[in-house]
Amino acid sequence: MRPTTEQEVRDAIADAIRSGATLDIKGGGSKAAIGAPRPEATVLDLSAIAGVVDYDPAELVLTVRPGTPLAEVEALVAERGQRVAFDPFDHGPILGGTAGAATIGGVVAAGVSGSLRLSGGGARDHLLGLRAVSGRGEVFVAGAKVVKNVTGYDLPKLAAGSRGRLFAITEMTLKVLPRAPIAATRAVAGLDPAAAVRLMAAAMGSQAEVGAAAYLPAALNHGQSLTLLRLLGFGPSVAARCRMIETLLGAHGAAVALDGDEDTACWAALRTLAPLAGDTCLWRVNVPPSGAPSVVTALEPLGSRWLFDWAGGLVWIAFDGDAALVRNAATAAGGHAMLIRAPEALRAAVPALHPPAPGVAALEERVRRAFDPAGVFETGRF
Amino acid sequence: MTLKMPQPEAAVLARRAAIVAALRRIVPGEGVIADPDGLRPFESDGLTAYRQPPMVVVLPETTEQVSQVLRWCHDEGVKVVPRGSGTSLSGGALPLADGVLLGLSKFNRVLEVDYDDRLAVVQPGVTNLAVTQAVEARGFYYAPDPSSQIACSIGGNVAENSGGVHCLKYGLTTNNVLGVELVMMDGEIVRLGGRHLDAAGLDLLGVVVGSEGLLGVVTEVTVRILPKPEGARALLIGFPSVESAGQCVADVIAGGIIPAGMEMMDRLAIEAAEAFVKVGYPLDVDALLIVELDGVGAECDHLIDEVTRIAEANGSTTLSASRDEAERLAFWAGRKAAFPAVGRISPDYYCMDGTIPRRRLPDVLERMAQLSAKYGLGVANVFHAGDGNLHPLILYDANKPGELDRAEAFGSDILRLCVEVGGVLTGEHGVGVEKRDLMPDMFGEEDLAQQQRVKCAFDPKGLLNPGKVFPTLHRCAELGRMHIHRGQVPHPDLPRF
Ligand SMILES: Cc1cc2nc3c(=O)[nH]c(=O)nc-3n(C[C@H](O)[C@@H](O)[C@H](O)COP(=O)(O)OP(=O)(O)OC[C@H]3O[C@@H](n4cnc5c(N)ncnc54)[C@H](O)[C@@H]3O)c2cc1C
Ligand SMILES: Cc1cc2nc3c(=O)[nH]c(=O)nc-3n(C[C@H](O)[C@H](O)[C@H](O)COP(=O)(O)OP(=O)(O)OC[C@H]3O[C@@H](n4cnc5c(N)ncnc54)[C@H](O)[C@@H]3O)c2cc1C
Repeated sequence: MRPTTEQEVRDAIADAIRSGATLDIKGGGSKAAIGAPRPEATVLDLSAIAGVVDYDPAELVLTVRPGTPLAEVEALVAERGQRVAFDPFDHGPILGGTAGAATIGGVVAAGVSGSLRLSGGGARDHLLGLRAVSGRGEVFVAGAKVVKNVTGYDLPKLAAGSRGRLFAITEMTLKVLPRAPIAATRAVAGLDPAAAVRLMAAAMGSQAEVGAAAYLPAALNHGQSLTLLRLLGFGPSVAARCRMIETLLGAHGAAVALDGDEDTACWAALRTLAPLAGDTCLWRVNVPPSGAPSVVTALEPLGSRWLFDWAGGLVWIAFDGDAALVRNAATAAGGHAMLIRAPEALRAAVPALHPPAPGVAALEERVRRAFDPAGVFETGRF
Repeated sequence: MTLKMPQPEAAVLARRAAIVAALRRIVPGEGVIADPDGLRPFESDGLTAYRQPPMVVVLPETTEQVSQVLRWCHDEGVKVVPRGSGTSLSGGALPLADGVLLGLSKFNRVLEVDYDDRLAVVQPGVTNLAVTQAVEARGFYYAPDPSSQIACSIGGNVAENSGGVHCLKYGLTTNNVLGVELVMMDGEIVRLGGRHLDAAGLDLLGVVVGSEGLLGVVTEVTVRILPKPEGARALLIGFPSVESAGQCVADVIAGGIIPAGMEMMDRLAIEAAEAFVKVGYPLDVDALLIVELDGVGAECDHLIDEVTRIAEANGSTTLSASRDEAERLAFWAGRKAAFPAVGRISPDYYCMDGTIPRRRLPDVLERMAQLSAKYGLGVANVFHAGDGNLHPLILYDANKPGELDRAEAFGSDILRLCVEVGGVLTGEHGVGVEKRDLMPDMFGEEDLAQQQRVKCAFDPKGLLNPGKVFPTLHRCAELGRMHIHRGQVPHPDLPRF
């Protein structure tokens, strides 16, 4: 089903309630291969609910329909020197698809944020308001179209990361931010994971205002690990902060400068997760940064490939071994692990989302029923 | 007072002695207050026009006690109102005559600071400023900085999603909280979020922040801490009109600059502030902007030049840039004292808190001037200009019959105006009881019903902080009923108060 108006979305959901069907909401479908297979569900394709509704750069707000391609949204705001503030990445290639297929609705509903999430906030932090059709078949609005608002519950927070399980978003208002005119990266080679995480913590705790921090282990970088720190802003400021970071890195070896195209290429590779391309199972592990080394120490001897983003707060692991090992390592480090890429049989057996504590699971279930009492969106995917 | 609260239940009032005794079994000693003198300090919060002594106050010291109190009240059908420091400006902590007031003042410890992961774990009764004080020796701070920061609690900040003058650049509470421990009305204890970014499943933490004490009682908070910027400089800029000041703000932001703070004051606010603190604010301008830039020295200096250029292009008539810390603080002194300064020129004032799309500012101030004439009450404006958050201060005299009512009616008209131009009823102070009855001006029936269904997922009996935020008390069973055929959700004889 590919509705073209909000009314058609309502009708589709109302029909599903009546017939007892379940609906699998799809934006660009680029992440369709995440989660358990769901042969019985009807696809509710929202790619035709598209287009920009309003964009006022001076107000920092953009109102857009969910089926709008991410690439189109990014081009629009780039023209006015701005960016989608949570730095979404392009997952297409890593899941065996093409780049540029993601929709803004899919990216927000999946709560996918890139390297700059560390300093600039995630999808959750930049979704200001929405219109949606609930699993009751009713249209509602929540949040607002201004950057500062506390009127009523912050339901947009639930939308970011809802993954099609609460409601079909038909319009969303995002906060956008200026795009920094200059970006530069300073790196140091040869650190082990624990030393790299300590260095990244020191950099994040310094006054150099680090925008992104990542670590490529030796196995992914021609036999020599690389700790990367990215600085963004106005020219004079970036130059001054680069000097601060070079001093910090100096204690660990010669600082490598990646400027201009080199800087862009380095972070673009992380944006598509190119170093972990292939068809090994892919896990996304969110942990407190200091917990990152323990996660990979447990799994590296078993043949995993991995890298750190978010100063260690995000660990990407390509690993075909036992899923329980990844989940246990994530739990032990105080975080959670999501299965992003896996063969169908494994996805049928292992839940994509990290199982929550029983009390939280029950609460999540009640919140889902608050939006979707009949379970129209319960496809069994997650 | 003009506002109705839910009718106290006679059956609950009749059991008061038994309720007090049961609470004393859970929280021994001085942790239960039941005598009239002891209750009086709790009868209102920062919205002092509304007063109501609670049935009883309980001040637990442990999460386990909070859980037991809530479970007992849940089982016995007794309402509970959580309270932090009682500085809410929307009456969020206003007690109920038949309700238990659950104060978190004894939860006053900073439990842990982790500089590697850049976070602090604190109890909810810790004041906002105390978090910064706990980490500043190591060069860190907690970014959200409500003006009430010496008094307000982190638990209250979480409940209200509080902001401050720096939230344009550094975010509101919601952007700076990683996790909470929450006790739900039935006594169940859950942990939402943690010490990492982003939830595994639904972002329940995100909806708890800003829920005004209606979803659960927060008993522990994990906040992010940030390194203090190397420095900060401020500009004090006068404009001949509100339009030109507003255009300057828009051009700064469209020019790619997000200042650490950007505040505007109108003529009356400038005059009141200057008369009070005498820091040299220009008195021949219609609008005054304070723009603060922070970061490394090179950044501050560069941006001072950029903003100066933009201000001059917009016809600024006076402009000074701070050369040292003392001067920067002097620029802020008038703005920070704006409320008490207005308090000197008027016996009482009533602080409003709407947000508008900034481009509508001249329009909105013009209409506000008309309303001021209509109601015969003055209004001074201070304004978080960067994010469009207005704080009109309505001047009135509570001792003059009818003036409070007129001030409230004036305030409601201002908030309706904010909504009419595409803005919202509240930018940071919350709905509470104050704006409760205005909610239908911003939200439709289904919008409010959907929010209340989320409330039902946390508190199906509706016992936690009832009478706040929602103008109509729906029963959860009624809200849950489905009407598949298009048409109106029926709303039979629901209690409206
Ligand atoms: C490096 C990398 C990391 C990734 N990390 C994650 C991750 O952490 N989490 C994750 O889920 N995916 C992740 N992905 C996969 C994915 O990339 C998404 O990024 C993609 O952006 C979604 O765009 P889409 O339009 O193709 O969405 P789709 O695949 O069509 O949909 C994405 C999700 O959003 C829901 N949805 C879509 N539109 C709407 C709407 N209008 N209303 C309500 N719900 C809607 C869908 O039901 C689905 O659950 C990752 C991919 C890569 C390469
Ligand atoms: C002079 C002055 C200046 C102010 N300036 C600002 C400002 O700049 N920015 C701003 O945003 N606000 C401002 N405020 C408003 C107020 O300080 C904030 O809303 C603050 O967060 C309230 O904190 P509190 O501890 O006083 O909460 P209280 O007033 O005690 O309670 C507020 C709400 O939170 C709930 N609550 C409190 N603690 C908990 C808990 N542990 N768990 C669950 N619910 C809880 C209560 O039920 C109530 O609904 C100002 C107030 C004053 C008086």
